[in-house]
Amino acid sequence: MASAEIDVKYVAHLARLALSPDEEKQLGAQLGNILGYIEKLRELDVSGVEPTAHAVPLVNVTRPDVVQPSLPHDEALRNAPKKSGGLFIVPKIVE
Amino acid sequence: MLNQLTISALTARLRRREVSAREATQACLDRIAQVDDRIHAFLSVNAADALAQADAADRQLAAGAQLPLLGVPIAIKDVLAVKNHPLNCASKILGSFISPYDATVIEKLRAAGAIVFGRLNMDEFAMGSSTENSAFGATRNPWDTSRAPGGSSGGSAAAVVAQECLASLGTDTGGSIRQPAALCGCVGLKPTYGRVSRYGLVAFASSLDQVGPFTKDIRDAATLLGVLSGQDLRDSTSIPIPVPDYPAALTGDIKGLKLGLPREYLIGGLDAEVKAAVDAAVKKYQELGAEIVEISLPHTDYAVATYYIIATAEASANLARFDGIRYGARVEGNDPIELYSKTRGAGFGPEVKRRIILGTYVLSSGYYDAYYLRAQKVRTLIRNDFLKAFETVDAIITPTAPTAAFKLGEKSGDPLQMYLSDIFTISCNLAGICGLSLPCGFTQNPALPIGLQLLGQPFGEATLLRLAHAYEQATDWHRRFPEL
Repeated sequence: MASAEIDVKYVAHLARLALSPDEEKQLGAQLGNILGYIEKLRELDVSGVEPTAHAVPLVNVTRPDVVQPSLPHDEALRNAPKKSGGLFIVPKIVE
Repeated sequence: MLNQLTISALTARLRRREVSAREATQACLDRIAQVDDRIHAFLSVNAADALAQADAADRQLAAGAQLPLLGVPIAIKDVLAVKNHPLNCASKILGSFISPYDATVIEKLRAAGAIVFGRLNMDEFAMGSSTENSAFGATRNPWDTSRAPGGSSGGSAAAVVAQECLASLGTDTGGSIRQPAALCGCVGLKPTYGRVSRYGLVAFASSLDQVGPFTKDIRDAATLLGVLSGQDLRDSTSIPIPVPDYPAALTGDIKGLKLGLPREYLIGGLDAEVKAAVDAAVKKYQELGAEIVEISLPHTDYAVATYYIIATAEASANLARFDGIRYGARVEGNDPIELYSKTRGAGFGPEVKRRIILGTYVLSSGYYDAYYLRAQKVRTLIRNDFLKAFETVDAIITPTAPTAAFKLGEKSGDPLQMYLSDIFTISCNLAGICGLSLPCGFTQNPALPIGLQLLGQPFGEATLLRLAHAYEQATDWHRRFPEL
């Protein structure tokens, strides 16, 4: 396992999370502490153990392919911070 | 006072038409007005909407309708969607969000006749064990308002114990129903993963989250669980297993049932009074005819570490949807990435940020195998511990939390200490089994409730409820409520 240090600035970028310099510093210290604790999982031999993604796994869950009512357009837009003409408004993406 | 009744007592009086649903609802609203400035269990209450539902219930009662929760006021954790009501997850990032639909559990409550009201406080996005992580201020423990109610469903537990509602819904990802139930002194039940639909529950950790009831006694928990359970085609992880008649399981007869006492749960941090209360409960179970068997859950010590990898990894993915585009608050930026980052930086509180960073890290390139995959494998070992134990016992008996309610602020500066307060409840979610907490005593000075946890086999809720009910019948801890 890696050393108990996180490049908080880089991970925050991956998470699309703006942090203040103070937050970065504090999170770095706290997460180092938590990762140190998590290191204890290295004590276990997990070779040959299958991972569990879900405790009660179901496979190929389907329902009848029938058209059902969905959220009306105006309801789906109701909570939008910015909207116009029945669309979400976002900053310019392509020049 | 109608707000002081159990669901079973109120529904009996409603059916005899001695009292009305409007009177019961008004009693809850009056109680909230009287005590909630000291408890802060509720983020908001729409009294007019609650009373309108009550009037509709009274019309149904007058017409002779027979529904299990007809006219019963039930309050809802602020993480479940209730159509046309606010949904904030106790976070600033959702802004003035109004739910466009009802969660499946809300539909089920309505179909059973319940009056669905109020938004109950919680740790932001259900991340925490004290309700101090709410962006709208902490909830206080009704037994001692200088102490935490537990969390993350602290508002749900406090509202029941302060008798501001007859019952409530909460959610449990690592103990968020059972631990606050223990610290506040009521019944809290986490169903088996897949027993109750998660549709309309804002996801924290999708492979661990379950919705469940907070009630004043076990019979009410059985009634509510019966209403909430069942497969839902809108949640592909809900399980197509028939729902038993849970109240019918409360026979009082537990002779011959085997209760496992895990030796790994006698940890250093276990408070002496909590241990004494749990020991006394074990003795009581023996008197009632249950057999106590010492068992081993050898991977217990790894559960908290496993949980904080899996839960944060899932949370980092689930919370990616809060990006300021489609709903909630937005902080503008020159391009979408800047908009996302600024919105999330301004909208999320410290604990949510901590978990998003940790979860993103354990999933990131180069660390996935070392952390996330390894944790999933340890999860298998933890689950196998329980399945092996259940080959010889019907249920497992433990303390719910290592201590009674702690002071507000006591652990909030040290995330790891806060995480360790979930040490007895977390394995249950990783294993996907069911669990409940019920009152089993009080500390001396100050008098604070102590919770007993029973863990059951997958879909073994009926046996758990039978065991809990038998204990409850033989004790009167559940009849004690705080002076407020």
